[in-house]
Amino acid sequence: MNAPLKSVTLDGNQNGFATTKLDALLGWARKWSLFKYPFVTACCGMEFMALTSPRFDGTARFGAEAPRFSPRQSDLLWVVGTISQRQAPVLKRIYEQMMEPKWVLGFGTCASSGGFYDNYTTVAGIDKIIPCDVYVPGCPPRPEAVIDGLMLLQDKIATGDRTPRIVKPRFDPAQGHQEQLVQLRTKGVIDGGAK
Amino acid sequence: MESLDLELDEGHLELPAEPMRLMMGPSHPAMHGTVRCIVDLSGETILKVDVQIGYLHRGFEKMCERGTWAQVFPYVDRLNYVSPMLNNVGYALAVEKMCGIVVPDRCQWYRMVLGELARISDHLTCDGAMAMELGAFTPYLWLIKAREMIWDVLEEETGARLTHSFGRIGGMAKPPTAQFKSLVRHSVSSVLRIVDESEKMLLKNRIFIDRLENVGLISAADAISLAWTGPILRATGVAYDIRKTQPYLKYDEVDFDVPVGTKGDTLDRFLVRLAEIRQSARIIEQCLVRMADEGPVNVDDPRVMLPEKESVYGTIEGTIQHFKLIMEGAKVPKGEVYSYTEAGNGELGFYLVSDGSGTPARVRIRPPAFTNTSGLSQLLEGRMISDIVPIFGSINMIGGECDH
Amino acid sequence: MSKAVLQKLQATFGAAILETHSQFGDDTAVVEPSHWLAIATFLRDDPACAFEMMSDLCGVDRLDVTPRFEVVIHLNSLSKGHRIRLKTRVGDEDGEGAQVASLVGLWKTANWLEREAFDMFGITFQTHPDLRRILMYPEFVGYPLRKDYPAEKTQPLVAYRTEEEAGVPLDKQAPFGPHEGMSFARNDFTKRAEDAN
Repeated sequence: MNAPLKSVTLDGNQNGFATTKLDALLGWARKWSLFKYPFVTACCGMEFMALTSPRFDGTARFGAEAPRFSPRQSDLLWVVGTISQRQAPVLKRIYEQMMEPKWVLGFGTCASSGGFYDNYTTVAGIDKIIPCDVYVPGCPPRPEAVIDGLMLLQDKIATGDRTPRIVKPRFDPAQGHQEQLVQLRTKGVIDGGAK
Repeated sequence: MESLDLELDEGHLELPAEPMRLMMGPSHPAMHGTVRCIVDLSGETILKVDVQIGYLHRGFEKMCERGTWAQVFPYVDRLNYVSPMLNNVGYALAVEKMCGIVVPDRCQWYRMVLGELARISDHLTCDGAMAMELGAFTPYLWLIKAREMIWDVLEEETGARLTHSFGRIGGMAKPPTAQFKSLVRHSVSSVLRIVDESEKMLLKNRIFIDRLENVGLISAADAISLAWTGPILRATGVAYDIRKTQPYLKYDEVDFDVPVGTKGDTLDRFLVRLAEIRQSARIIEQCLVRMADEGPVNVDDPRVMLPEKESVYGTIEGTIQHFKLIMEGAKVPKGEVYSYTEAGNGELGFYLVSDGSGTPARVRIRPPAFTNTSGLSQLLEGRMISDIVPIFGSINMIGGECDH
Repeated sequence: MSKAVLQKLQATFGAAILETHSQFGDDTAVVEPSHWLAIATFLRDDPACAFEMMSDLCGVDRLDVTPRFEVVIHLNSLSKGHRIRLKTRVGDEDGEGAQVASLVGLWKTANWLEREAFDMFGITFQTHPDLRRILMYPEFVGYPLRKDYPAEKTQPLVAYRTEEEAGVPLDKQAPFGPHEGMSFARNDFTKRAEDAN
């Protein structure tokens, strides 16, 4: 996917307007056609199944449904579950085999930070080994949170932003959280624009 | 059998042709439990296979030795993450056996209902995933839809969809909600309807049957020697179900059948799971009838139970009791115990050693999937490479408990 | 339930049965490691015992007690409906010389279970056909479930990225250090080893 595009990509500094438009176009195209590589290892795989199943339909709606079990054909690596030290070289090799541009979504607390498995066998977060674009916390995260993460990733792809981002929890005012929300805001724990 | 690890130096990429050595996994779509099968092939026939597990070893037993007895519950959840409630109940029963606690009747029925719901979701997932790997995607979607209905009930009761951490030593975290019974009845009947539909779709499909029938045969004697338990042992015709042979909770008071297979092939394993879903539904209905709507759920035992929040904030005794239980943990009598229950995949045993303190000296889990998977190589040898997928699927290897 | 089995064992093997108890209803016999295989064979083949299934085999580390390790098996008889726990004690205080006969010839499941006990505790099972690590990778040094193996000590197979490479902080320690939220009852063997030195 990348090779032919690269030949027409222009350097932003020299060509100004046209490049920006092309990047935007590419970003738009890329964000709606993510080919996923599900690297499913553990408990989060159950929620991953739920995410792709009829109730949530969390990937097809975002153009990210088609799984590719060859890393060379995929551009979004879902790391779903705990990565043990034994698994780490496998993950790294798969990441290296993927073509640019590629993104990584850390699904669940274990992939993000190792979770409560702080021990001899667990890698404390995939970012110790490979870069990670979006962290979705939760043990396992609810499909809604993962959908948030996927949308966050799409935003990042559209804007060309590569800084790692974390999915923030949502507060639902209808559930009576409004008061806590105000309290947390006044204390400065969360910023004003809760997502 | 010796290790089949291949020492590949970089740059040497040619595969040996006869026998051809192929690595399946640990990242392979059909190896969903992160397992690696190193197979020696002659044409498409498997000569030799080396099953390597451990890609999801998370140090469960080591982590348990670091906290209190109650802090083990979240780890137990993540062993068999397809039916966490059964693990919760199994571990709670083991500790209660050591402490000499018997939970109130209402709690026993409650545990049985939740446990059977978890068993249904376990079997739905296993059969669904197996069908999907053989190309039958629609039944998979239907069965996962049915699983969502079970999870709705569990979420309503426990607050979590998957990892509930709902068991407690001496009871459950919360009493049943007011609409518990109607919710369960409603969702179980819908689940059964979906199971009927999916069953029709799969079992009238010639391709599906041909892929399963007479594949992965095993004799009852071999299965026993491999310490297989659960549905895959019953598929060989051995009617061994701990709920029947050594009843715990109230299983001796409910009426249910133990479905067994005849040949011990992959189709039998698939069918036994389907039949067990219906038996679980039967058990659930009887439990709901017998379960009282009122009454205590937790034992009234200050050694293990946290006091009411009012008393924690209002009285000095409550505060101290709460502090001691949280910071030092419930003291479990010195000794050792082996407690076993019937989990989704078979005999789930907990061998606990206590030194009399608030921290476990040793928590050993006897995971059904570990012994079940140890028989995999025997099933695969001599078969075709395409048979790996249904055989592996029917074993239902769950990475979390298999690799601890 | 299987008191009769314990009595039969004592009558047949006499001094090789070091002790028996039935705590919490689990009948247990502790036996001499030299008689391990003979007793297990007897339990499987004797028609009154008939333990066709070995449910579990595991190791237990009893730091500071010699012999240091216990090898524990749980046997199950489907035909008789009884169970028994059989234990033997091996190994000196450093964990050396922990050797016991392999039971692979009796129950097929012993193959993986013994590999696991070897992997986690370093207990050697003589005549095991394929004794290698099963859960940990071959490069791993030490035996993780021994009490003196520090729980947090990792042995990575791939080099971790540095913070410069990543451009983001990678240290995710809890704000108040590794002991945050841990119970008082926790056994800290690492600290104990440091104090001893």
